Amino acid sequence: MSDHNHIKLPEGSIGKTTTTLNLGPTHPATHGVFQNILELDGERIVKAEATVGYIHRAFEKIAERRPLYQITTLTDRLNYCSSPINNMGWHLTVEKMLGIKTPKRVDYLRVIVMELARITDHLICTSIVGVDAGAFTGFLYVMQYRELVYEIYEEICGARLTTNMGRVGGFERNFSAAAWEKLERFLKEYPKAQKELEALLVRNRIFYERTRGTGAISAERALNYGFTGPNLRATGVDYDVRVHEPYSSYEDFEFQIPVGTTGDNHDRFIVRTEEIWQSLSIIEQAYRKIQSFKGAEAEVYHADVPEYYLPAKEDVYTKMEALIWHFKIVMGETDIPPAEVYQAVEGGNGELGYYLISDGGRSPYRLHFRRPCFIYYQAYEEIVKGSMLSDAVITMSSLNLIAGEMDA
Amino acid sequence: MPLTNEIVQSRLTEKFGDILTGWEEPYGMLTFAAAREHNLKVLNFLYDEDDLAFRFLTDLTAVHYPDRAGEELCVVYHLHNLVANLRIRLKVYAPVSQPDVYTATGLFSAANWMERETYDFYGVNFVGHPNLKRVLNVDEMDYFPMRKEFPLEDQTRIDKDDEMFGRG
Repeated sequence: MSDHNHIKLPEGSIGKTTTTLNLGPTHPATHGVFQNILELDGERIVKAEATVGYIHRAFEKIAERRPLYQITTLTDRLNYCSSPINNMGWHLTVEKMLGIKTPKRVDYLRVIVMELARITDHLICTSIVGVDAGAFTGFLYVMQYRELVYEIYEEICGARLTTNMGRVGGFERNFSAAAWEKLERFLKEYPKAQKELEALLVRNRIFYERTRGTGAISAERALNYGFTGPNLRATGVDYDVRVHEPYSSYEDFEFQIPVGTTGDNHDRFIVRTEEIWQSLSIIEQAYRKIQSFKGAEAEVYHADVPEYYLPAKEDVYTKMEALIWHFKIVMGETDIPPAEVYQAVEGGNGELGYYLISDGGRSPYRLHFRRPCFIYYQAYEEIVKGSMLSDAVITMSSLNLIAGEMDA
Repeated sequence: MPLTNEIVQSRLTEKFGDILTGWEEPYGMLTFAAAREHNLKVLNFLYDEDDLAFRFLTDLTAVHYPDRAGEELCVVYHLHNLVANLRIRLKVYAPVSQPDVYTATGLFSAANWMERETYDFYGVNFVGHPNLKRVLNVDEMDYFPMRKEFPLEDQTRIDKDDEMFGRG
C-alpha cells in the first residue's frame, strides 16, 4: 500500500474555470453508495467520472468456498430491490448444470414470485423518478403495496428484503393460504394505486418537461454499452430474456414487451410502468394455471432431487437415507459434477447472468455474476455530459442504479 | 437459414484455421479458444461479418488456473447475436507472468468497465485500454485478489482477537 497522502490538489486546480463537485458517495440524491465526480460549468456538466465499489463484498471470491445452497444468500444482496429474481436465477443455474427438470407447478410459483419482484423493483424506480422530480406523494401510494408484497414474501420464505427464497429444485415449503390471500389482495388493490401514480405523473406537465429529452441514449450506443432490460427497451430494442431464452416456463404465458423510442428518462419511466401491467397480467395467468392443478399435482412444490433438496424434518428423524442426505447437504459434502454453464434471467434491471465453472469439487471453481447495473452504469458519463446537474440526478434514478448489484 | 453453432464453427475455421482450438459445446453454447495475439482479429471478424454479427458483448471475465503452466489466466468473452439469438463463448489464455491481452474497448464500449474489473481481480493487462485502473477495489491494493493463491480466511482460525469484530 502506498503512503496515505490523500489530500493533494489536482494539477491546475487553482486557475481552472469549472467547478468540481463530488456527488456522492453518500448523497441523498444518489440512492445508494456510489460517487460521481462532476466537472461543472455553472449548472452544466462538462465531464463526469463515476466511481463504484463502495460496498464491494467479494461475493465471487466467497462463493468459491461455499456449497451451492449457501450461495443463494449472496445473490440476495445483488439487486436487493428484487432479491427473489436473483435467488431463482441462481437455482435455475444450478438446475441447468445438474440437469434437474422442475415440475410445472414449481415453474409457475417461481414466475409469480419473480413477477412480484419485478413489480416491486419497477415501482421503486418509477416512483423515485417522481421523487427526484419533486413529487413525493406518488411514492407513498405505491410504497404501501411494496409492503404488501414483502408480506407475501414473508409468508413464502420468512424474510422480507434478503429473501433467500426457494431451494435447488423448488421451494422449501408450499405457499400458505395466507400467501394466496395476500396475493389476491395485491392483484385486486394494486392496479388502483398504480393508476393513481400514473395519473400523478404520466401527463403531468412538470414531470414531462423534466424527463422528456433528458438522459437519452440511442439504441446503437445502448447496445454497444451492453444495456439490457427496461433501459435497453426504452431505446426501442425488444430484447427480453424471458422471451428470447424462456426459463421457468415463461413460454406458457402471453405478454407483451413494451418498448420506447428515444431512450430518454421519460421512455424509461413509461417502459417500466407498462412492464408493471404486463407483470400483473403474468401473475394472474400463473395464478389461474396453478388453480387448475388437481389432486397430488396441486401440492407439488419441489422436484425430486435428494442430493440437493433437504428432506422433510420428520423423515430425517425416522429414515436413514433422509438423515444421510440431510447431513451431506448441510455440511456441504455433495460433489458437484464438472461443468461450465451460463444461465441468464431477466432481472429488474436487465439480463442477470450467472457464469458457473465447476471442477468437480464441492463449491464452484469460479462463479461470475453478470450484473446489468454495473455494465450500463459506465454509460452514465456519456449520457449526462452536457446536461444540467438536476437532469443528471433524474437520469441516475431512471437508470435504476442499485449499488448492491454494481459492486457485487 | 438460422444461424447455428455448426455454421459459426465452419465460418471461423475457414477463416482462422488452427488459430482456434478447444472446440466444445457445454450446455449448447459453442465455446472455443483463440491464441491471445489473435483475440481482436477473431472478435472483429465475428462483429463485422453480416451473417455472424456477434455485436453484443454480454460478459467479459477471467478465470485463474494456477496449474496450467503458460496459460494460467483465461479471459472469457460471452458474445450474443441478438437477431439470431445465439450465444458463443470465446476464451483467450495468457501466462500469469506476462498477462497481456488486447483490449476490446474499440469494438464494445461495454468492455471498458468489464476489463477494468477483470484487471482489478486477476491482473490481466488489457493492452490499449483507455483507463485501465481498479474499479471495485481500492487503488492502493497491490495484489489481484481473485487469483487462487489468495485463499479465503480459515474459518476455524483462533488467533484473531474476535472482540475487535464484535464476535467475542
